[in-house]
Amino acid sequence: MRYAMAVDTKKCVGCSDCVVACQTENNVPIGFCRDWVVETMAGSYPQLEIEIRSERCNHCANAPCVRCCPTGASHFDTGGIILVKQNKCIGCGACIASCPYDARYPHPDGYVDKCTFCVQRIRNGMPPACAAVCPTKCIYFGDLDDPNSDVSLVLKKRKFKTLIPEAGTDPKLYFLI
Amino acid sequence: MTSRREFIKITALGVGAIAAGTGMYKAGRFFALPDKPGKVDPDLTRTPTYCEVCFWKCAGWVYKNPEGRIWKITGNEEDQHCNGRFCPRGTGGVGMYYDGDRLKNPLIRVEERGKQVFREASWDEALEHVAGKMKNIASKYGPESIALFTHGSGSANFTTLVKAFGSGNIAEPSYAQCRGPRDEAFFATFGEEVYSPEVTDIRDTKCLVLIGSHIGENMHNGQIQEMSDAIDKGTTIITVDPRFSTAAGKSKYWLPIKPSTDLALLLSWTHEIIYNEYYDRKYVEKYCTGFDKLKEHVKDFTPEWAYGITTLKPDLIRKTAREMANASPAVLVHPGRHVTWYGDDTQRIRAIAILNALLGSWGRRGGFYRPAKFSLAQPDIPKFSEPARLAQDLFPGKYPVASSAVSNALIDATIPENNPGYPIKGWIVNATNLLSTIPNIPNTLKAIQNLDLLVAVDTMPMEITGWADVVLPECTYLERYDALRVAPHRKPAIALRMPAAEPMNNSKPGYWITRELSKKLGLASYFPFEKQEDLLDWQLKKAGTSLEEMKKSGVKTFEREQDDLYFAEDENVVFPTDSGKIELYSGYFEQLGFDPLPKYYPHEEPPEGFYRLIYGRAPMHTFGRTTNNPNLADLMDENCVWVNPKVANEWGLKTDQLVWLKNQDDAVTDFPVKVRVTERIRWDSVYIVHGFGHTGKQLSRAYGKGASDTRLITRVLVDPVMGGTGMRGNFVTFLTREPGKEVAS
Repeated sequence: MRYAMAVDTKKCVGCSDCVVACQTENNVPIGFCRDWVVETMAGSYPQLEIEIRSERCNHCANAPCVRCCPTGASHFDTGGIILVKQNKCIGCGACIASCPYDARYPHPDGYVDKCTFCVQRIRNGMPPACAAVCPTKCIYFGDLDDPNSDVSLVLKKRKFKTLIPEAGTDPKLYFLI
Repeated sequence: MTSRREFIKITALGVGAIAAGTGMYKAGRFFALPDKPGKVDPDLTRTPTYCEVCFWKCAGWVYKNPEGRIWKITGNEEDQHCNGRFCPRGTGGVGMYYDGDRLKNPLIRVEERGKQVFREASWDEALEHVAGKMKNIASKYGPESIALFTHGSGSANFTTLVKAFGSGNIAEPSYAQCRGPRDEAFFATFGEEVYSPEVTDIRDTKCLVLIGSHIGENMHNGQIQEMSDAIDKGTTIITVDPRFSTAAGKSKYWLPIKPSTDLALLLSWTHEIIYNEYYDRKYVEKYCTGFDKLKEHVKDFTPEWAYGITTLKPDLIRKTAREMANASPAVLVHPGRHVTWYGDDTQRIRAIAILNALLGSWGRRGGFYRPAKFSLAQPDIPKFSEPARLAQDLFPGKYPVASSAVSNALIDATIPENNPGYPIKGWIVNATNLLSTIPNIPNTLKAIQNLDLLVAVDTMPMEITGWADVVLPECTYLERYDALRVAPHRKPAIALRMPAAEPMNNSKPGYWITRELSKKLGLASYFPFEKQEDLLDWQLKKAGTSLEEMKKSGVKTFEREQDDLYFAEDENVVFPTDSGKIELYSGYFEQLGFDPLPKYYPHEEPPEGFYRLIYGRAPMHTFGRTTNNPNLADLMDENCVWVNPKVANEWGLKTDQLVWLKNQDDAVTDFPVKVRVTERIRWDSVYIVHGFGHTGKQLSRAYGKGASDTRLITRVLVDPVMGGTGMRGNFVTFLTREPGKEVAS
């Protein structure tokens, strides 16, 4: 099993619903976030293009954060999800420095926090909160090893990219373009 | 109040109870422990609601955590408004409940040692005070001298109260500051409005045309969902906007129009569609009247003519007209929502209505569907007596087409020298911050000085509450029952809102407030049920369900009585217009002295060194109501001014630099605003998101953040047809130093 997520940049409007849904679902303190929206623009008036992406932890198969964690708090869980054991985390910040996607933040309670693909939801058969809430239905989630999962089907059908492929992290967050 | 009314700061009147803001978020990280993932507790209580963060009123579920406190809000899968998905504002609605700046107790304005202050009062005292003042005004001037300004779900209660009191001066700013011109234009053409949520069949359209309507930035949930589905299906989207909006970024065609010239484009499209015989001939012959006059009227409005006005290339106008024709009748020229722009807005939307009629989209799949609404039983209450004096007497002969009271006209009429009728001496302001909603703030403040009574009902210490004589703290939608939602949609449906928590502090539901006030005014018979839920249960039982059943489902959807979502082939439709047909040519407008067919008139252009002020929405905020919400302020806590790089270069402006904006009448923003240098805006305009730049210090998150567009809208282009306030005729320039400090520095 390999969990992955695909975000359709053609549909995303950058409303940040994924951000606030994650914050409320996961009790992320105000002022911090596990996912966020990036907008890039190219061209000059009136020949313009924008791309809008909902970004989060890439749950890399070759994860620098897991490799560099001195206590083993950052670890691979079922389906390749990367989690942080709060009671093992000493808040040293090595993982924050090693992440090419800047996906982690220091939680005020003294540990490092980030996207978990809403592990408590997916284990109960529900999609991550961001995918469940998105009004544009631009977030696809599922198991890459299941050819009929939402994410497998959409990656078969559409062109996609990953971010910073040159980092060689084998990310599991895809962007449909 | 004998002395001049002053703005009073509502100080933090700590009643203890609730720690503001972030405290709760740290509590109970019970689900997020990744090393020990908790089970989703099936016993977690959830209660149904429909959202009050905007007017879309999506039905959803409020979840509580094991400690019994409000945790999160999600959409109700059965609801047609949201299909189980809330927008960011609805998801962030929890912040309205937890906002530590909320109003806590009733307040009465008193004078102490020559200084006006608010004094906390009991509900009984506050309502007694309001009732006494209302009775005084009625005996001195007549009951019509009380006016109500209201917004949202609580309007029904306050409207009943004010009507029962004997006044018809009941205005919703959502009319004359927003959708009014659209409603009147569609009435005049089709005999029907487009309702809310709009009956736009985006789901099945093949061509969606957006004119200044920035879906995706305005987060009208059902529309954004259907637009996204349309993108998936490869639907052609055409966006007309001087700004490269998010929707423009999703469009096959973006028409970067010169602001204020939309009507010329619409007339040119009409010309193309008629003279190339692109129109739906059978539909037009069967259903429309006035085609020949229209054809003659648009004869000269060629794409070349429009090019000179709109700056849009003729080829682009032709191509997009053809796209619409190819999709006809599954084409939707969107009527928009906030359409009070230039004062000729009813006529502009008439041109949109006419275009839809020519393309045969009204009543057709992929165009506009026929809505169905559940009809609720209403309790027996005494008949309202006709007010002896009407709103129209305050501005005789003006705005003859207005089907609702015009808020700005009521405000104007509160200033005696503007008013040939009877005086307006009392305002009840429910859930609308008139100082952010109504343009020309100095005029509103002048009107306020003429009042004997100003009552503000709100959940938050919005600016208007600082000018009130009595402030009544309403609880939020998460703490109250409200009227059942029966808004028309594809299928008739009922949605329930019930409290997920007890009202915080000393706040009360609107129903309770109005019923208690009605008792003191001798009008209790208009509120026959002691509690709102008793009324709802009575209505629901008449509808074949019950309050208990609805608490479990939240939403009940019914089948349509007839299979008539769209016109049947060759259906003989009688339209509710004078002629029974779709009126391309409006005899009604002609009788009233207005153009029977829309004409383009040029609008004033910005003087040298000034830029047209355009404003709009951000997806995480609803007007100025949400900018203090802790969850939503976290997503966006200030606006910025969009400036084209050419303009930025001329002024030496850089992104994130602070500037003040000054308009043509020397009105200056209260606070500096950050510059955003971007190619996404034309060089003749600047853009800011509405609802920022709050001046009330008690709004701890929103105070002083960004610029208020309302502050800069001092020139109001009033639509003579229906009184709408055109707000895009203002021009601004940049001040790079704090105003008043130029000399010293």
